Amino acid sequence: SSFSFFLQVEQVKLLDRFSTSNKSLTGTLYLTATHLLFIDSSQRETWILHHHIAAVEKLPLTTSGCPLVIQCKNFRIVHFVVPRERDCHDIYNSLLQLSRTAKYEELYAFSYNPKQNESQQVKGWQLIDLAEEYKRMGVPNDYWQLSDANRDYKICETYPRELYVPRTASKPIIVGSSKFRSKGRFPVLSYYHKNKEAAICRCSQPLSGFSARCLEDEHMLQAISKANPSNRYMYVMDTRPKLNAMANRAAGKGYENEDNYSNIRFQFVGIENIHVMRSSLQKLLEVSGTKGLSVNDFLSGLENSGWLRHIKAVLDAAVFLVKAIAVESASVLVHCSDGWDRTSQVCSLGALLLDSYYRTIKGFMVLIEKDWISFGHKFSDRCCQLDGDPKEISPVFTQFLETVWNLTEQFPQAFEYNEAFLLQIHEHVHSCQFGNFLGNCQKEREELKLKEKTYSLWPFLLDEQKKYQNPLYNPDFSPELTLLEPNTVSFNFKFWRNMYHQFDRSMHPRQSVFNLIMNMSEQNKQLEEDIKELEAKIKQRNGQPDAVISKEHQQPAHLAPMTLKSPPCFKKEQPLIPVNDAVRTIEGSNTADNRYSEFVEEFSKAEPAVVSLEYGVARMTC
Amino acid sequence: MEFAELIKTPRADNVVLHRPFYLAVEGTLCLTGHHLIFSSRRQDNAEELWLLHSNIDSIEKRFVGSLGTIVIKCKDLRIIQLDIPGMEECLNIASSIEALSTLDSVTLMYPFFYRPMFEIVEDGWRSFLPDQEFELLTSLTDEWRLSCINKEFSVCPSYPPVVIVPKSIDDEALRKVALFRHGSRFPVLSYYHKKNGMVMMRSSQPLTGTNGRRCKEDEKLINATLRPGKRGYIIDTRSLNVAQQARAKGGGFEQEAHYPQWRRIHKCIERFNILQESLIKLVEACNDQSHNMDRWLSKLEASNWLTHIKEILTAACLAAQCIDREGASVLVHGTEGTDSTLQVTSLAQIILDPRCRTIRGFESLVVREWLQAGHPFQQRCAQSAYSNSKQKWEAPVFLLFLDCVWQILRQFPCSFEFNEQFLIMLFEHAYASQFGTFLGNNENERSKLKLPQKTMSLWSWVNRSEELSKFQNPLFEANSLVIWPSVAPQSLQLWEGVFLRWNRPSKFLDEAHEEMINIIKYNKELQAKVNALRRQLAEMETDDRMQENL
Repeated sequence: SSFSFFLQVEQVKLLDRFSTSNKSLTGTLYLTATHLLFIDSSQRETWILHHHIAAVEKLPLTTSGCPLVIQCKNFRIVHFVVPRERDCHDIYNSLLQLSRTAKYEELYAFSYNPKQNESQQVKGWQLIDLAEEYKRMGVPNDYWQLSDANRDYKICETYPRELYVPRTASKPIIVGSSKFRSKGRFPVLSYYHKNKEAAICRCSQPLSGFSARCLEDEHMLQAISKANPSNRYMYVMDTRPKLNAMANRAAGKGYENEDNYSNIRFQFVGIENIHVMRSSLQKLLEVSGTKGLSVNDFLSGLENSGWLRHIKAVLDAAVFLVKAIAVESASVLVHCSDGWDRTSQVCSLGALLLDSYYRTIKGFMVLIEKDWISFGHKFSDRCCQLDGDPKEISPVFTQFLETVWNLTEQFPQAFEYNEAFLLQIHEHVHSCQFGNFLGNCQKEREELKLKEKTYSLWPFLLDEQKKYQNPLYNPDFSPELTLLEPNTVSFNFKFWRNMYHQFDRSMHPRQSVFNLIMNMSEQNKQLEEDIKELEAKIKQRNGQPDAVISKEHQQPAHLAPMTLKSPPCFKKEQPLIPVNDAVRTIEGSNTADNRYSEFVEEFSKAEPAVVSLEYGVARMTC
Repeated sequence: MEFAELIKTPRADNVVLHRPFYLAVEGTLCLTGHHLIFSSRRQDNAEELWLLHSNIDSIEKRFVGSLGTIVIKCKDLRIIQLDIPGMEECLNIASSIEALSTLDSVTLMYPFFYRPMFEIVEDGWRSFLPDQEFELLTSLTDEWRLSCINKEFSVCPSYPPVVIVPKSIDDEALRKVALFRHGSRFPVLSYYHKKNGMVMMRSSQPLTGTNGRRCKEDEKLINATLRPGKRGYIIDTRSLNVAQQARAKGGGFEQEAHYPQWRRIHKCIERFNILQESLIKLVEACNDQSHNMDRWLSKLEASNWLTHIKEILTAACLAAQCIDREGASVLVHGTEGTDSTLQVTSLAQIILDPRCRTIRGFESLVVREWLQAGHPFQQRCAQSAYSNSKQKWEAPVFLLFLDCVWQILRQFPCSFEFNEQFLIMLFEHAYASQFGTFLGNNENERSKLKLPQKTMSLWSWVNRSEELSKFQNPLFEANSLVIWPSVAPQSLQLWEGVFLRWNRPSKFLDEAHEEMINIIKYNKELQAKVNALRRQLAEMETDDRMQENL
């Protein structure tokens, strides 16, 4: 392969993260403008995008060289040993610079060129059309209309221009309500349930303090409940723990007083804030990254991290919301503090449980565009796209994907997409390779002229959607499946190994049923065509016994399993769960990978004269 | 004794059956000598529940007014509840079930009464005879012989009548070795690794005692398995500490001085009540739906079940590694050599030997390494997770083995001819069965009970094509490789098919599984059709060419 680099260091060792005997690969390390590249002696390439680097750490010098540990946002951890300290220092400094970007314009998306022409680029950005999506939901209608109040981002900078509100909510009500809501994020429509005539609305916390009230805001909520002819009561879900919400009152914020709002039922659902989530993930990663981890340390670490508790809390909240709509036909207003983290999680998951459209590949893209991108989830801050406040970083979107993954495990036939799709989206939320997730809100994106200067991720994912299709998906599988009612008993939530150990091959099953079935179902389509073709030929022969045998006829029908061509835009990054994944086949299984490890140590300690059992156990033999 | 004496109320009407995730059904309850039968006669949905009394692990009764409720907890971990009107009826039924589910005498068990309704194609009692196994071996090596020294079970009561031992060791020497090993379980061949001729043997602990007794014949026996200049490994399934303590009770371990060609490795695998406690705690945790996340995870951790799984798998991988990677022979033992020893030797074979990953091969492994090797099934499986008897000999040793197999199966889903259902079926039958296979504690007891004459073998039933089809893995592709499982905690999972089986609705998972099978079946059909059409086309082309040539 040809690429240009500005730094090259030879004889670098890449250590196995979990090996207790310091197993390693030796190779050459290159730094390019966008990637770090390691090519080992058997010419295998490991590409790491600079934007994916979350932290670089230089460890104390050892006899074999200077260790350098790189932690990535996609949970890859690589451990290099560079022979000379000066080289290590150079790499370290370069990576620090390269992975920290001060300006959006320096992000990869602005230089990434997938060789598309301008019209393809424009079409790509038009693939997801939110106006179309609101139409699909059934708005505008008799109760809901498009408001032009925020057309110029005058009322709320972090909302999109197009907002749907109850017809009875006049401009003064909107303006008044927005002044009473944190960051001006007044209640607007997120999802409309046609059959139940009920709505999911979202906003930020009210600036109620201990006693303040706002008539316009009260009218706004009334307008929402009146826009639902099926149930005059509406739920207001504060997704925060009650204590946090109460504490906010001291800062002049807070939550709705049921006495001031007619016909509301107020409910806290207790999802923790971004700081708790950040440190929870940190704890989880510390545990899962431990060498020679015991089962009990793993389980207690998992428990202490609280991670699965948080995932369950998010899903529990979504289930609460869905029950209100599906069972009581009641509209629900969801908020947290600013209404862009927990609110996005709960609204989008609620819609996903209610509407099977969001369980299709295209529908999931729409959902992310709507509840996350357009409503101003602060992707830039949360994913640390630019060098900024580390306290703003939080895995809120990752939690959303993980909750969806848990649902795909419970309902294996309800989703058109598979785990690889979720992982690929996670990858690109952090890669800054496409424009979709750059910035914190739509206004910022427009100012950056992202639609002219960068490309949208979605058409690329659609192009290779074969990789992301769930072979077991059955859209008409069962009418019950329109509404998913997940079981949220604790034992249903599992550690997402394929997310947090995506790059730790030795931990994955060596053969993947899923990939096999996926290939088989792909092959079935091909076989069906082959049969048609063969039957046509036979028919033709029977009809025309004297026909000249053409050369084409003598070629056997294509039978080999379909090999999907490698994607043009993801060449550098290893596909996450590639369809034909050699790693997951049996070849990858060897003793050296696994380490019945304590033994090796115990063993070599016991008698140094004996060769370590790992020695010479490089590959599976047949 | 007549069962009728135990059944005070053989039948009760208007009984309501409650099961998790099903609507309650009303029907009639009948007690027979071996079954509890519940039948609902609802027109639309008639159904019957047959429960073997021997499957009942514990029974609780309580009353609200004259309505009695019996909660039945089964060895397969299922829990059902029966509401029985009438205090007397309820009490009678409860006490009958209690008596019938705890019969003292083996010969009163259902297998002695069961008459099969299927045609016996192959007598399972004769499916896996040691001679056949030995014949396979002789085609590979002539270094071993079949010894009939234990024909009358006179040398070792827990060994089968014939065992495979090194050719160079005569029966006289074996007798001496037997005196030097706990329970007379002298080292015998467990597995021969075709690839490099290395072997795995198993035994019980040597009786070295505090003064370091030795037995030249024992040393000679195990040395006979070593190649010149090569060393072997002894895997002791106890911690060094436990092994040292065993000396005080006359047991012990192989001293370096007397076994200089052997490296001893201690791998601690728990036994007895520690395992039973672990199972009880695990099932308790799984059965409580109200646990919040922290409590669930801490209960799962406190059960230690997955820790045991990891320990057993690690020891088995180690044994396999010594044989396949180090090219060394291995001797495995713990104390008696009837529990953790067998877990290690049988799992190592699954890792090493593709034959053990076929249905028949796995059955043969269970017969050789568990039944004939004298794992005391009757004691170990007397009670399951709802036991409160606290008997030391009850322990889910075999269930842990099956769980380990499931873990490997999950990691290598295409390398096994059987599926998860097969493993679950074996778990069920080990604890309660209409077949005689798992009765008794060793071959000696089985022969005294005349099981092959008086009962039906599980294998006679399983190995019919109707049954086999349920247990076949549609993804199976014979794989001759050694398969090394990952033992990282992130790679081990709770065996949901057993432990959450009754605790969650499985409709969506079952349907997805069915869909998967359909895709595989359809694929095979299409392949066959394409091949047939291509053949047809090729024939037509040949005909044409011949005509052209004419």
